[in-house]
Amino acid sequence: MTTAGYINLIIAKYNYWIYIVLMCIGLWAMIAKRNLIKKIIGMNILQTAIILFYVSIATKKGATLPILGHHDAGHFVDYATVINPLPHVLMLTAIVVSVATLGVALALAMKIYNRYDTLEEDEIHARVRES
Amino acid sequence: MSAHYPIFLVVAPLMAALVIAIIARERPGLCPPLAAIALTASLWSAAGMLCRVLAEGPFSYHIGNWPPPMGIAYEVDHLNALVLVAMAAVALINLITTRQAVASDFTGREGYFYALYLLFCAGTFGILVTGDAFNLYVLLEITSISGYALVGLGHRDAALASLNYVFMGTIGASLYLLGVGYLYLITGTLNMADIFSILPRLFGSKVVVAAFVIAMTGLFMKMALFPLHGWLPNAYSEAASPVRSLIAPLTTKTMIYVMVRLGLYVFPPDFTFNHLLFAKVVVWVAAAGIVCASVLALSQTSLRRMLAYVLIAEVGYMVGGFWLGNRMAITGAILHIVNDAAMTLCVFLAVGSFTHQLRDDRFATLKGCFRRMPWTMVVLATAGLSMIGVPPTCGFFSKWYLIGGALTADHWGLVAALIFSSLVNAVLFFRVFEIAYYEPFADPHQEHRPALSYAEAPATMLAPMLFTAAGLVGLGLLTGRIVTHIIDAAIPAAIL
Repeated sequence: MTTAGYINLIIAKYNYWIYIVLMCIGLWAMIAKRNLIKKIIGMNILQTAIILFYVSIATKKGATLPILGHHDAGHFVDYATVINPLPHVLMLTAIVVSVATLGVALALAMKIYNRYDTLEEDEIHARVRES
Repeated sequence: MSAHYPIFLVVAPLMAALVIAIIARERPGLCPPLAAIALTASLWSAAGMLCRVLAEGPFSYHIGNWPPPMGIAYEVDHLNALVLVAMAAVALINLITTRQAVASDFTGREGYFYALYLLFCAGTFGILVTGDAFNLYVLLEITSISGYALVGLGHRDAALASLNYVFMGTIGASLYLLGVGYLYLITGTLNMADIFSILPRLFGSKVVVAAFVIAMTGLFMKMALFPLHGWLPNAYSEAASPVRSLIAPLTTKTMIYVMVRLGLYVFPPDFTFNHLLFAKVVVWVAAAGIVCASVLALSQTSLRRMLAYVLIAEVGYMVGGFWLGNRMAITGAILHIVNDAAMTLCVFLAVGSFTHQLRDDRFATLKGCFRRMPWTMVVLATAGLSMIGVPPTCGFFSKWYLIGGALTADHWGLVAALIFSSLVNAVLFFRVFEIAYYEPFADPHQEHRPALSYAEAPATMLAPMLFTAAGLVGLGLLTGRIVTHIIDAAIPAAIL
C-alpha cells in the first residue's frame, strides 16, 4: 500500500482508530497502574471506548435524527436520510451497565481502603502477606 | 400459563428480588421462604419447558408479542432446557442447604443477601434462555455485577479478590460486547437465529473473523480458561461459603453454555471448527490448562483453594471437548456442563459444612473428620469419586465421552491431559480422605485415641447434601437417557 493509501485508511476510518486508541489506554491503565482508583478509571475508559464504537457505526453522512414529524406520517421514509437509532438505544443500556459496574467497583475500593488504609496495590499486597 | 414459562423463569426471581430488597429490613424472616418460592417457580418452569421440548421440539417466546428479529425472542431447545433444569435445581438446593450458614454469616444483612442471590439467578436463567446476542450481554452483566457484590460480602480479603474479579470480568464482558458489535455491523441484526442464517454468505469477511475471535476470547476470560483464570482462585476462596457454592457451579458453566451456543447456533459449526486455525489452538490451550491447573491444585493447603484449581481444570475439559468438534466430544462437553454443576455444588456444599461447623477447611483441620462429621465426609467422598471419574458416578460418564471424542479426533494431547488430570484428582482426593480417616494417629505406646468431638452438621443441611450426593449417582445412571433423548437432539445433525 502506498503512503497515500495508509493516510486514507486512517482518515477514512478515524472513528475506529479513536475507539481502538481509547480501548488501549483503558487496558493499559488497568494493567500497568498500581493505584486501584486509576485502574477503575481505566476500566471505565475501556467501556466508554466500546460505547463510542457502537454510536459511531450508526451515523450516516448527511443523515438527520430519526424523529418523524407530523408531515412524515404515512409517508415512505428514506433510510439514507436518518441515522440508525438502534445502536444508540443499545448503548443506553450499556451506559447503565457501566455506571453500575463503576458503582460496585468504587464501593469495593472503599471497603479495601477501610481495611488496608491504602489504595496502592503494592502496599495492599504487602499487608496481605503480613497477615 | 405454560406458554409463558420462558419469561416466568426469569421474572419470578427478578420480582422476588425486588420485593425482598424492599422488605429486607422490616421482615427479614420472610426473605428465605420468598426466595425459595421464587426459585421453585423457576425450577418448575424449567422442568415444564424441558417436558414441552421433549414432546414438541424447540419453541420460541416473543417478549411483548414483538416478533423477531425486531423484538427479543427467548428460544428454548434441547440444549438450554437441559442446562436450565440443572442450574435451577442447583440454585434451589444451595438455597435450602445454606439457610443456617447464611443466618450466621450475614446476620442482619440476610435480606440483601437473598436479593442479590435471586438477581444472580435471574441473570443466569436469562443468559440460558435468551435468543438475542445483546440481551445476553445485559443479562451477563446482571449476573456478574450481583456476583461481584456477593463475593465482596465475604470477610478478610474478599473485597480485594472481588475487585480483581470486577476488572477481569469487565474486560471479558466488554470483549463479548465488542464481538457482538462487529456481528451487528456486518449482519445488521442481533437475533441469534437471524445471524446464523445470514453468516454463511459472509464466510470470507474479516469482520466475521474478528467478531468470532473477540467474542470467544471475552467468554474465555469470563469462564476462567487457563491462562485467563487469574480472578477465580481468590474470588472463590475468599467468598463466604453460601456464595461459593452458588457461583462456583453456575458462573463458569453458564459461560461454557454460551460458548457452545455461539459456536453451534450463532456461528455455523462449519465456520467454528473448520474455517479457522482457532479451534485447533484452543484445544491445545485447554489441554495445557488442564495439566497446569491440576499441578497447581497439588500445591494448595486448603480444601477450597484446591477445589478452585480443580474447577479450572474442569473448564479445560469442557472447552477442549467442545472445540474438538466431533459429535462424541461435544456430547461429553454438554453432559459435563450438567455433571460438573452437580459435582461442584456437592463438593462446595461439603466445604460449606466444614466451614460452618469447624470454622476452617485447611487440611490440618480435617483430621479425624470421618469420625467427627461422617455424613459430610460421605458427601465429599461421593463428589470426590465423581471428580476422579469412578463409575457409577456421573463424572465417569462425561469423561468417558470426552476421552472417546478425543480418541475419535486422534488428539492424543487432550487424551493425555484428561487422564493425567484424573490421576491427579485421585491423588488430591485420596490425600484428603487419608487425612480425614487416619489422622490424628493413635499413640502406639499408650493405646489411647485422641478425643474427638462429634461435630456433624444439622440435619437440615445434611439432608439436601445427601440428596445431591445421591443425585451424582442418579445422573450417572441416567446418562444413557440424557444423551439419547436430549443431547443428541441438541447437537446439529451436520456434526458427525
